Amino acid sequence: MDKFTVISGIVTPLDRPNVDTDAIIPKQFLKSIHRTGFGPNLFDDWRYLDHGEPGKDNSRRPLNPDFVLNQSPYQDAVILLGRENFGCGSSREHAVWALLDYGFRVVIAPGFADIFFNNCFKNGVLPIVLDSVVVDRLFEAVAGSPGYTLRVDLPAQQITTPEQEIIGFEVDPFRKDCLIQGLDDIALTLQHADDIRRYEEARWLEVPWLFDK
Amino acid sequence: MSGKTLYDKLWDSHLVRQDDGGTALLYIDRHLVHEVTSPQAFEGLRLAGRRPWRSQSILAVPDHNVPTTDRAAGISDPVSRVQVETLDLNCSEFDITEFTMTDLRQGIVHVIGPEQGATLPGMTVVCGDSHTSTHGAFGALAFGIGTSEVEHVLATQCLIQKKSGNMQIRVDGRLAPGVSAKDVVLAIIGRIGTAGGTGFALEFGGQVIRDLSMEGRMTVCNMAIEAGARAGMIAVDDTTIAYLEGRPYAPGGEHWDQAVSAWAELHSDADAGFDRVITLDAGSLAPQVSWGTSPEMVTAIDAVVPDPDAESDPVKREGMRNALAYMDLQPGMAITDIRPDHVFIGSCTNARIEDLRAAAAVIRGRRVAAGIKQALVVPGSGLVKQQAEAEGLDRVFTEAGFEWREPGCSMCLAMNADRLEAGDRCASTSNRNFEGRQGQGGRTHLVSPAMAAAAAVAGHFTDVRQAGDT
Ligand code: SF4
Repeated sequence: MDKFTVISGIVTPLDRPNVDTDAIIPKQFLKSIHRTGFGPNLFDDWRYLDHGEPGKDNSRRPLNPDFVLNQSPYQDAVILLGRENFGCGSSREHAVWALLDYGFRVVIAPGFADIFFNNCFKNGVLPIVLDSVVVDRLFEAVAGSPGYTLRVDLPAQQITTPEQEIIGFEVDPFRKDCLIQGLDDIALTLQHADDIRRYEEARWLEVPWLFDK
Repeated sequence: MSGKTLYDKLWDSHLVRQDDGGTALLYIDRHLVHEVTSPQAFEGLRLAGRRPWRSQSILAVPDHNVPTTDRAAGISDPVSRVQVETLDLNCSEFDITEFTMTDLRQGIVHVIGPEQGATLPGMTVVCGDSHTSTHGAFGALAFGIGTSEVEHVLATQCLIQKKSGNMQIRVDGRLAPGVSAKDVVLAIIGRIGTAGGTGFALEFGGQVIRDLSMEGRMTVCNMAIEAGARAGMIAVDDTTIAYLEGRPYAPGGEHWDQAVSAWAELHSDADAGFDRVITLDAGSLAPQVSWGTSPEMVTAIDAVVPDPDAESDPVKREGMRNALAYMDLQPGMAITDIRPDHVFIGSCTNARIEDLRAAAAVIRGRRVAAGIKQALVVPGSGLVKQQAEAEGLDRVFTEAGFEWREPGCSMCLAMNADRLEAGDRCASTSNRNFEGRQGQGGRTHLVSPAMAAAAAVAGHFTDVRQAGDT
């Protein structure tokens, strides 16, 4: 996993609530058995005018000019600004893989669905929850100056605006640490393998039927 | 000191260790696996030179990609085929029990777990699938996880978790005939919204829930995720125990008696504290129909499509406008004037035997209306299909003009060949009405099996409480 410390970049506004993971990466692309290559199909139904399928040459497909990712300068954005309940719906981690593959490393929203929120951290993407009033203000700032950039400093837990305003954010200390160090949490858990074995032995005595089949 | 909620009890009994800052290592008893969210996890395991910690805890099944037509022909889509074959290979390499595509026991992962008794009270159950909440109906802590977490559970039998809040949803009263578990859960989501349960574990209780069968309870817990909660659960009672007795994976002999007495503890204590409590009186509840592109956009069959202009929150108002444009509906239009051209009876929400019986009861002796282009019944598992056929339900459906298919996820998410075309409108017993969920440009109305059946016969949505009179 790529380490995450400080990231600066253009903010893409996606001004709708309840953006679900079906919209982030439609089902036909979930047939892949790999973790990469989803970027060109990120928001496929909204981004292209035709129907996408795996294996199709995306560079030849008609783009929807009304969709924000097809408008300059958002092709190069690294920060996505969303609304309430971002990432709701299916647990598909492919949604985060698609965002990451496209180049997004930060998603800012007033609220996230739990599974999506979790999946972000496992892939070096930082989801930031900000008060909806602050999010409203960011949407206005972006609308007022397309190409608006933010600097996100994870160690300091601060976002800096072009006007040098500083917005603090919360992040779970364990997850923060994993992101900053790019840690493999399976290896971390396996350091406690003895605890897991001890738990299993005690549990086996208590509820043996759970180990029948 | 106040008592514990069911969630507290399940959480505490699975705690392997607790770190400062609230992060915990939680032990996982049952790991269900399907073909879509597992290949990258197995690949990660292989690359790291790891093996599953406890293969025996895993039950795998292909369901999302499988064709619902003749299985003997295999899967014609090469990309889908590779994914299903990859699951087969991973399961044989890692010694995992799999119900393959041609196994009679194959079906939707959330249907077969309980059907086999592989989901038991007091367990932690996970699957790389958000509708894992279904299994909470058995007094289990069950929730969906991402693929990285699938790999984590494979490798360690544990998950790194933070505890959620406790939320109780109490449904009082008695349901009118024709009103089902699906209507109850849709009404709950309409009330609290799709983010209403975010950050909480939901416990459903109250007279209505107690009166539901296990299948109805599964329908309710299935859609906890549509209310934003990863886990939904219901206390164990005699209904739970009666359902489980004798199932292939349920404990037998002495272990059964031990288990049953231990399960008596699996309820919230009378003095348990909840962070949030919602109560709903279902006595006057009407059958529900979703009108928009989020499960919270739902209303009663005797209501009209709501008017965005009446919504004060600007973000919500815009969301409603987008939804109505996508759904091609006008504010003020009667729900009963909406005319679906497809009917889908299936999915992990509503493809169990009782669901098929409820739909068949409405259809028996009638015909699918002329305006319906396709009406599909996709049983939740091979065993559900077999049972339905033994009861003659397949003939009730086919004689009415429905297609009777092989089990799988099918048009719930349209990863296989079953899908809507742009502009198609579907009365669906599934759980998500997102844009494009059932096929790009397709329009989904979520309803109960009886309501889907009534719409199939009438050609428009109609109140199943009066369907007998039409
Ligand atoms: S039936 Fe639908 S919701 Fe259920 S597991 Fe399959 S795709 Fe997911």
